[in-house]
Amino acid sequence: MALYKLQINGRSYQADVEPDTPLLWVLRDNLGLVGTKYGCGIAQCGACTVHINGEATRSCVMPVSAIGTSKVVTIEGLSAEGTHPVQQAWDEVDVAQCGYCQAGQIMTAAAFLKKNPKPNNDEIDAAMSGNICRCGTYHRIREAVKVASTKPAK
Amino acid sequence: MSILPNTNRRDFMKLAASAGGGLLLGFNWLSANATPAVVDEAAAAAGNLDFNSYLSIATDGTITILSPNPEVGQGIKTAFPIIVAEELDVDWTKVKVVQAPLDTQKFERQVAGGSGSIPHSWDRLRQAGATARLMLVEAAANRWKVPASEITTDKGVVMHKGSNRKLSYGELAQDAAKLTAPKDVKLKDTKDYKLIGQSIKNVDNKPILTGQPLFGIDFHREGMLYAMVQHPSAFGMKIKSVDASAAKAMPGIVDVVQFKNNVAVVGKSTWQVKKAREALKIEYEKDGDLESTSDHNRIFSQLMDSPNATVRRKDGDVEAAFKKAAKVVKSEYQCPFLPHSPMEPMNFFAHVRPDGVELVGPTQTPERARNETAKLLGISPDKVTVEMTRMGGGFGRRLAADYVLDAVEVSNLVKAPVKMIWTREDDMTGGNYRPAVRYRFEAALDAQGNMIGYKLRGVGINAGNPTREDNFPSGAVDNLLIDSFDHKSPITTGPWRAPITNFLAFAEQSFLDEVAMAAGKDPVQFRLDLLEKAKKSPAGEVKYDVDRMIAVTKLAAEKAGWGKKKGVHQGFSLYFSHRSYVAQIGEVAMLKGKPVIKKIYAAADCGVVINQSGARQQIMGGIVDGMGHAMYGNMTFKNGAPEQANFNTYKLIKLNEIPEIEVFFVDNGIAPTGLGEPALPPTGAAIANALFKATNKRLRNQPFVEEDAYKSII
Repeated sequence: MALYKLQINGRSYQADVEPDTPLLWVLRDNLGLVGTKYGCGIAQCGACTVHINGEATRSCVMPVSAIGTSKVVTIEGLSAEGTHPVQQAWDEVDVAQCGYCQAGQIMTAAAFLKKNPKPNNDEIDAAMSGNICRCGTYHRIREAVKVASTKPAK
Repeated sequence: MSILPNTNRRDFMKLAASAGGGLLLGFNWLSANATPAVVDEAAAAAGNLDFNSYLSIATDGTITILSPNPEVGQGIKTAFPIIVAEELDVDWTKVKVVQAPLDTQKFERQVAGGSGSIPHSWDRLRQAGATARLMLVEAAANRWKVPASEITTDKGVVMHKGSNRKLSYGELAQDAAKLTAPKDVKLKDTKDYKLIGQSIKNVDNKPILTGQPLFGIDFHREGMLYAMVQHPSAFGMKIKSVDASAAKAMPGIVDVVQFKNNVAVVGKSTWQVKKAREALKIEYEKDGDLESTSDHNRIFSQLMDSPNATVRRKDGDVEAAFKKAAKVVKSEYQCPFLPHSPMEPMNFFAHVRPDGVELVGPTQTPERARNETAKLLGISPDKVTVEMTRMGGGFGRRLAADYVLDAVEVSNLVKAPVKMIWTREDDMTGGNYRPAVRYRFEAALDAQGNMIGYKLRGVGINAGNPTREDNFPSGAVDNLLIDSFDHKSPITTGPWRAPITNFLAFAEQSFLDEVAMAAGKDPVQFRLDLLEKAKKSPAGEVKYDVDRMIAVTKLAAEKAGWGKKKGVHQGFSLYFSHRSYVAQIGEVAMLKGKPVIKKIYAAADCGVVINQSGARQQIMGGIVDGMGHAMYGNMTFKNGAPEQANFNTYKLIKLNEIPEIEVFFVDNGIAPTGLGEPALPPTGAAIANALFKATNKRLRNQPFVEEDAYKSII
């Protein structure tokens, strides 16, 4: 066990865990930030996507010992009240069915749009094809990314 | 921390209090004709309640509706309240929806399955809303001393035009609560609907999009332990010996316990128990047949030609029809086992205490979870409470209670509150699969290309009856024989979204395409001719609505421009399942000599559409799901052990693979039926039939990507 200081959503957290503990489980079990979801544990589905220094990152394979002073943003920190343009677009398009994968989808989309604010269709498809949605909400995910790209950046 | 409003009796009292002296209307989900009854708040607080569910109106006008059925992504938590709110005539933005816990005294059929929630509750929900509305009207009539017939309502406001007076529902709630609930309340005309048929957003959007704890896996209770369960390594294996010494010595581990053929590691965090579980040394020994996929293929071939199958339906004289046939078409179709792969793996919270059991988690059948828990522990079911969380998908997997019992067993052994989590690997190798099935179809055609005989044999591995013997084309063919065999296997199976029809529809609708080709007929006209025959001179009983089959067929053909397009190859598919009718047309274009699935048109008849947004997505999602699993889904076995365990070897469809989808509904005002399943079954054949048109290659087995015919065209 070792004590890790983490910068998450603009706040400081401490967690006393084994060095190889994935960030996902530190968030969920130790810090109570359960918006980040477990889906596969091997970086195949994207449900656990968070931002580390702005990069969309699979937290299920990211050991806590590798985070250091990096800034972590989870779905809970994307905005206080769901007002981030991507969250707003997801609501407007009414994307979610079961909703389980959507935090990961939103975090992937938010990081993507930050780098590429006006993407074309092919770029959206490429960016969003690493996240699995078993309900098959892909058409609406694609549409919501487009809608978000028309909103003022935040 | 409780992640959901806990709506047991204690919380019902809170709900009653929140109604602020307003109207509490119990509405009966048990019987469409049951009379709703009013209870006053004191009675509610005292627990003197004889009702099954409640809608409350607070003095500030807030409407609270308890939604008793589990939410699994089918949108029931949004659709149910829409129906109540429509008849109640309220401002939708003031409706608050609360998930009810399991309560078999108050509710009936708290199930998410079979696309059955809407048809079951349609009348009950409308009556509940309409009765409350009428009581509010009567309360206003009494206060204003005007005839109730002169009073109108809109968006939670009662109005009397003649005297230009109005009052909100909230202001009238206390008066209304004192009235006797009327009987035989008139329901709205469908043409007067203001909410039903609109696009209304998922009521849980905000907590979903902001990452609030909603799902079972998010549940946390102070002092709870985490558990993972090691199931046997293969179907047909049992534990010989367990050495848990290394696991027990690992950090955070509280205990390692054994029950039946399972070993559970219990500790302080998910990661710690996962790592400790990897340190278990378990030896297994053979306990049954260790079947491989190659064994199943051999079994299919044997049973396909065996006598004494179970006859499911027999019309006319099928042997005579085949004897005099001018042409016979015969084909076999096969599908593999499939895991359900909901994005949220199986998990449950259980706290087995001396005085009872508390269960919290994702289940499609809370009643089964309760009853199986009671049976396991030898206690009365009323000692078990079940709180339902939102589910990260289910697709039938959460109709079983095996994973709930994992949590119960562990909590019972360690005497502590436990959150039991399956890893993705546990989830994918944990059984209850869509069964593997092979079908053989035979059709006898006369010289004019009429189908005079039809035979179907279904052979399944733990599939029960893998036919749906009364579905189309039964009723449309004079001489018909449908029979089946079931092979009992240690590999466990269960319902998987659109059970049986998820593959049967593909096989049947592909085969009818083959028959239409052999008869030299247009595939759509071929179906229409059969349906006409079923209507005019039915063979045996017809258990589907022929006119509705015809209507979706024609709508799909019209919208897709069937047979009128250049440069695209179209494939048609039509299926009736779970009470709804769906026709689909797939379009394939050839790009640089390779077929590309460009578009799927869907025409659906589910009667009245409750929520356009939800309904459209159920259809689109069903099509994406049907396409993905037809293309890729493949669970194989080697000596009883699943050969796929996670998404690196078991592929699900991704966003960049989806075709355009356009959805149309038949607008016929018929009482609504469900949509969680019916759009999935027709998809595989719409695609395969279009691919055949484009390439002359017939796909008969799933997954497509493993088919030689598919490999030859891609």
